[in-house]
Amino acid sequence: MEEAGSRSSSIKPPLWVNAEITYRCPLHCLFCYNPVDYAHSGAELTTEEWLRALRQARELGAIQLGISGGEPLLRDDVEMMVAEAHKLGYFTTLLTSGVGLTEKRISAFRDGGLDAIQLSFQDSTREMNDFLSSTKTFELKSKVAKLIKQYDYPMVLNVVLHRLNIDHVARILEMAEAMGAEQVELANTQYYSWAMVNRDQLLPSREQLQRAEAATNAFRERVGNKIKVYFVVPDYYATRPKACMNGWGSVFLNIAADGMALPCHEARMLPGLTFPNVRDHDVRWIWHESPGFNAYRGDSWMQEPCRSCPEKAKDFGGCRCQAFMLTGDATNADPVCDLSQNHHLITEVVDKAQNPGKPVTVHPIVFRDDKNSRKLGEKKGAPVPTTAAVDS
Amino acid sequence: MSETNIALESVIELQRQYRFQFEPAQESFVLLYPEGLIKLPGSAGEIMKRVDGKTSVQGIVENLQQAFPGADLRQDVLEFLEVAYGRGWIKIK
Repeated sequence: MEEAGSRSSSIKPPLWVNAEITYRCPLHCLFCYNPVDYAHSGAELTTEEWLRALRQARELGAIQLGISGGEPLLRDDVEMMVAEAHKLGYFTTLLTSGVGLTEKRISAFRDGGLDAIQLSFQDSTREMNDFLSSTKTFELKSKVAKLIKQYDYPMVLNVVLHRLNIDHVARILEMAEAMGAEQVELANTQYYSWAMVNRDQLLPSREQLQRAEAATNAFRERVGNKIKVYFVVPDYYATRPKACMNGWGSVFLNIAADGMALPCHEARMLPGLTFPNVRDHDVRWIWHESPGFNAYRGDSWMQEPCRSCPEKAKDFGGCRCQAFMLTGDATNADPVCDLSQNHHLITEVVDKAQNPGKPVTVHPIVFRDDKNSRKLGEKKGAPVPTTAAVDS
Repeated sequence: MSETNIALESVIELQRQYRFQFEPAQESFVLLYPEGLIKLPGSAGEIMKRVDGKTSVQGIVENLQQAFPGADLRQDVLEFLEVAYGRGWIKIK
């Protein structure tokens, strides 16, 4: 619609900044969305570099700030970021596994103006939580949940759902209620990064999914307005793609541990694109002018069937990363769409997942840890072009 | 129709997980909560601005009528607050 020269004026400001302040993490979740080659990523931004980026993004209009990771609490300057973010007027949420959330720290967050805490659980039982995260953290997380309530924080409980825990949804919700959560996110695994590596073990069957939705709805009916429950369906079971990130470069700005600015958590994987680093560029330039953020704005990049599809304004052709991962071309329709000629790439995987119970293959689970990350990074062969700006 | 919860003598306040502020980039008042944002343009924002946990609904109406003389705003205020209550944004003290 707009000419390239006037594009800047049609771009709305970002609303949401996700600051992945570190890729370090004491957990090793097999569905982690951090890049599989995170071990090869460059040095983390310094405190001052983070504060500068947060100021610039806020000036641009960003309102929501997520401080995440990795495990953000492995950095000791989160308190400074929280306080600065509060002064700037962000609504700040800390996304944590709970590991490292001591009373001293939560008290400092409270004083600094942290607005909410999202605590992740892997399951409702110690055995499954600890197995899925490859750690012994369940009891620690339960203690942290109590601490969050003690400090009168709104608590958002986040549980990533998949084949190995989705049958426990009713119990997970009971646990959330007992802990006093205000909001529960039952987020079915999206198949990127580590989850893609472990997809065969993680994709639930249709029957599992339906049971989980029924259990969620029954819970909603019982508790009413008291607890908000979000159930994010796995897009592999849909016939239309998700409106990924509400459109490329539309509302979401991800800043990775090494300072790379990305339109989503996963965009680093896309070939042929260079993403800017907040060390080298002002966030305003990054958002409005950088080629990376403009690559898939609008619809001129689309191929058929998206290009002439009446629904393109609604779903933007789905997810660029999923299109690339599954078809090799990021400008293709997201194969989740049943109008895509590549839709069989989804249905074949879904068909394989229909025998309930056991994982469908004997390929071993790959936990997210430094050793596996280095291995997966090497396997990718040529260095990922998007890491080029890190050392400049 | 549906039951009403908000009366003129009710004193209301924001639920604690919400924060209300003006956003210049959006040119609008917004209600912020974990991972979400609701734009409250125009009269919705003006009403919410006066929700402070101290002033009664009647007080909010009077205050608005001083700021925007001429119109009878009572019905608008009650209707909006009823919606806000139904969505869990506010509670009655």
